[in-house]
Amino acid sequence: MPTVSEALSLMDYGPAPESPAVALDWLNGRIFGHFIDGAFTEPRDPFDSVNPATGAVLAQVSQGSEGDVAAAVKAARGAARKWAGLSGGQRARHLYALARLLQKRERLFAVLESLDNGKPIRESRDIDVPLAVRHFYHHAGWAELIADEFPGMRPHGVCGQIIPWNFPLLMLAWKVAPALAAGNTVVLKPAEQTPLTALLFAELCIEAGLPKGVVNIVTGDGRTGASLVASDVDKIAFTGSTEVGRIIRRATAGTGKALTLELGGKSPFIVFAEADLEAAVEGVVDAIWFNQGEVCCAGSRILVQESVAERFTRRLKARMATLRVGDPLDKSTDIGAVVDRVQLDRIRGIVDQAVAQGAILHQAPAPNGPGCFCPPALLTDLGAANIAMSEEIFGPVVALMTFRTPDEAVALANNTRYGLAASIWNENITTALDIAAQVKAGVVWINGTNLFDANAPFGGMRESGFGREGAREGMLAYLTGASPKGRPRKAPGALSPLPAGTSGDAVDRTRKLYIGGAQKRPDGGYSYAVPGAQVPLGGRKDIRNAVEAAHKATGWSKVTGHNRAQVLYFLAENLNARARDFAPRDEVALAVERAFYWAAWADKHDGRIHSTASAQVTLAMKEPFGVMGIVCPEEAPLLGFVSTVLPAIAMGNRVIAVPAQSNPVPALDLYQVLDTSDVPGGVVNIVTGPRAELADTLAKHDDVAALWVFGEDALCRNVEEQSAGNLKPVWTEPTIRDWSGAEGQSRDFLRRAVQVKTVWVPYGA
Amino acid sequence: MTHARNPGLPLTTDWFDRVQVNRPAAERRAATLTTRRSVKKEHQAAWLVNAIRCTDLTTLAGDDTEDRVARLCAKARRPLADHIVAGLGLQDMPTTGAVCVYPTMVGVAKRALSNTGIPVASVATGFPAGLMPLDLRLAEIRYAVDHGADEIDIVITRAHVFAQDWVALYDEIAAMREASGAAHMKAILATGDLVTLSNVYAASMVAMQAGADFIKTSTGKEGVNATLPVSLTMVRALRDYGERTGVKIGFKPAGGLKTAKDAIAWQILMKEEMGRDWLEPDLFRIGASSMLGDVERQLEHHVTGRYAAAHRHAIA
Repeated sequence: MPTVSEALSLMDYGPAPESPAVALDWLNGRIFGHFIDGAFTEPRDPFDSVNPATGAVLAQVSQGSEGDVAAAVKAARGAARKWAGLSGGQRARHLYALARLLQKRERLFAVLESLDNGKPIRESRDIDVPLAVRHFYHHAGWAELIADEFPGMRPHGVCGQIIPWNFPLLMLAWKVAPALAAGNTVVLKPAEQTPLTALLFAELCIEAGLPKGVVNIVTGDGRTGASLVASDVDKIAFTGSTEVGRIIRRATAGTGKALTLELGGKSPFIVFAEADLEAAVEGVVDAIWFNQGEVCCAGSRILVQESVAERFTRRLKARMATLRVGDPLDKSTDIGAVVDRVQLDRIRGIVDQAVAQGAILHQAPAPNGPGCFCPPALLTDLGAANIAMSEEIFGPVVALMTFRTPDEAVALANNTRYGLAASIWNENITTALDIAAQVKAGVVWINGTNLFDANAPFGGMRESGFGREGAREGMLAYLTGASPKGRPRKAPGALSPLPAGTSGDAVDRTRKLYIGGAQKRPDGGYSYAVPGAQVPLGGRKDIRNAVEAAHKATGWSKVTGHNRAQVLYFLAENLNARARDFAPRDEVALAVERAFYWAAWADKHDGRIHSTASAQVTLAMKEPFGVMGIVCPEEAPLLGFVSTVLPAIAMGNRVIAVPAQSNPVPALDLYQVLDTSDVPGGVVNIVTGPRAELADTLAKHDDVAALWVFGEDALCRNVEEQSAGNLKPVWTEPTIRDWSGAEGQSRDFLRRAVQVKTVWVPYGA
Repeated sequence: MTHARNPGLPLTTDWFDRVQVNRPAAERRAATLTTRRSVKKEHQAAWLVNAIRCTDLTTLAGDDTEDRVARLCAKARRPLADHIVAGLGLQDMPTTGAVCVYPTMVGVAKRALSNTGIPVASVATGFPAGLMPLDLRLAEIRYAVDHGADEIDIVITRAHVFAQDWVALYDEIAAMREASGAAHMKAILATGDLVTLSNVYAASMVAMQAGADFIKTSTGKEGVNATLPVSLTMVRALRDYGERTGVKIGFKPAGGLKTAKDAIAWQILMKEEMGRDWLEPDLFRIGASSMLGDVERQLEHHVTGRYAAAHRHAIA
């Protein structure tokens, strides 16, 4: 320690360490078992949990086996009925107790988190732990209100939850709090790099008197996670890499397990000339140099308008130079240790490749010592093809490129597989909101970044996953509505392109595919026979053409709900006028009613304004997916088609519909009504043919954003599996719906036709 | 003064007229400045001593008398009790950056501080509202300079900012600078009156273009005095000015800094946004009267390990 006089001449900060004593006392060289059925098991197959800043072993935890997972799921199953049977108020008391206890141990959790993960104590103390506490309070509230606010819904049962190492306690809170509030019991697997705060939380569950088996925690690596995915759970909630998300999507295909995925990102950080540049520079600090850049929604691609790029970049470099990298427990540290050596090597590997591909790296040298430290870095002079612009680095490395116009900013922002978050810097709110509407991202921050709250939905579009966490939307991910009561669906009989006797028409009637508002012959040039008609035998290329046509019909997603309602009302009117042309007769009148019904909804499925932090407008906007595939039910050839396609287009989607294979005639006859009702070309595209093959093509198509499949088990399983390619949300339903009744127009159709975009707008004069 | 004075330059509105400062972002940065940095033990003591070196020990009250000013000057010469200075291991008794008084008190302050090297700063130009005829305001500056003021703290006409009459604002500040002569001029923007951070940025830039050596937040008499977001905005303005001209401008937050904690917070701001040079009294001053007492108490605690009582220290 220097003397006061020496310090006075230097005027530097000096060390300001947070003491790890209490946390180390708690760890005390322990070897942890799993937390199953309210108690810790005997440790088995232990591995080290390491402090990445020093390399020191903090404790040992057990590698969870298939048997451990099964025991945990059994405990959760055993507790499920009683837990779900408690009143909302009773569950709320438990969540409230967890919130309070977490708050009472806030510093212990913060220090332990920084020891285990390497994040600066400033962040664990001021961000992670307070947000986790907030999550439990918020969801204690949802538990209290559940009967009033979610009537007719019930918990899934047992939820398997797998969380990452970047925000160990916070992700636990995001997963456990809503699951418990909704009445589920859980088996949670923390990341093998960072299991300690979850184990401390397990002790809190004991302290809070939580019923045994409601929360179970099994530690271990990816193998344990795979066991959990394969186990007898009712839902899997996963936060982690897109790569593992794909594996889980495939593994759960056809199992009937509910699934939500919160995956990776390569989020744009867009700086306009009209921005407060100082604010934007500080925004970058909070975006990518927060949590060592190990943030799924980190603004890792800076797009800056050419006219201010030079100034902005200069300021950014100067700011980067003042960041302090080092001891996570020092209160003056900005950037702590990367979680482990593997991740550090991965970051360095991508940076090396980026430089090899032509990027210029601006980075201070790494500090000496055994810790996994990565100084903040800026990559410039790179194009969209550079690896640093496309790959998620998950480190404190940001890539910067320029744009000329707002249109180009949007094009570059959306030039990614991901769609998690976006940050837009522009003091002109007119421009900023326009860009917010156009970016493909589940969360958009205007003149801000990395803002979170328990009452703001968080989650991605595209390959950043599906499902939302937080707020009412997040609760819906842990609840399920009444499912259809019908029998299992069966596959239609095989179709044949060979001639099949007389069609029975006096004058031959030619029905074609309907693509882009025009009648098209199937690309393959074949037809197949159904009772009373020859219908086109569509194939892969017809699906491809239909998707392209749907993509061109962008106007439909932009027009007002009122415009869409007018078109649907007109459609109802015209269908009614031509009712006698349609069969089956019993479906026609209902189809007309349904058209009126969805027309009514077209301008009423509103978003929300969430109450979050002060001086913030937090909007949850309901946006159409864009281009959707719908494989319609066999059981109601006309009504099933109308009941599925109309809610999708009412919400602004453009659709590729595959009608009932065994009787596509009413759907094909409908295109004349679509034509006369001013439905723009490309909004509804109809491809008939072998629906298993067509559904497969839709599921594999990377430019189809969502898919509904009303079909038999095998079909559902296949599309779920194939959807792993672009991770489109898939709604599969293998049981028959009563299309003539309430099931035929349930809220599910509205909910599944949109995705929520949360837009944060901080304000202040 | 180790750097060249600001020569000023012709009014150049495009340096500021399109700059918009986002308040929530400025508030967020301000709020995290002090959570991102912490100074402990010897370093904390050093930072508190440095705060004394940078303090303009101030009395600007209607009931000021010559004796009252003399007592303040005595405190400026010996801001810490001897046992604290010894306990800190300092070679010399630190002194405050300056003493700041009304023009009629400049003479007495000069006499009280003779041979100390402590400069006397005088407010002028119809402080605190500034709503006097320009010739009288300039005459007041000359009066203070004639009585020996080393530094002049002028106030701007807020109405010129509201009207965005940058020419009028520039002209009056330039005239004040001229009247100040060799005395260094600090331009008080009265940011509590200007309200928006964009106004603060623009007024800062005009003041510097007109030749201000320092820009200063407040008179201490507005409803809201120095705040961290306002200070952040002004500091960024003077950094921008420095980047464009190579000239170093000083910053003085005033009013509202009451505690040792405030003293540390503003020094963190200066170090983070500007760097080490702006922790010296030629580029950083804190306008305060009561803050010194708290700093002295904290330093005594550092030396003795016992929490201190104000009544055991000499009153300012």
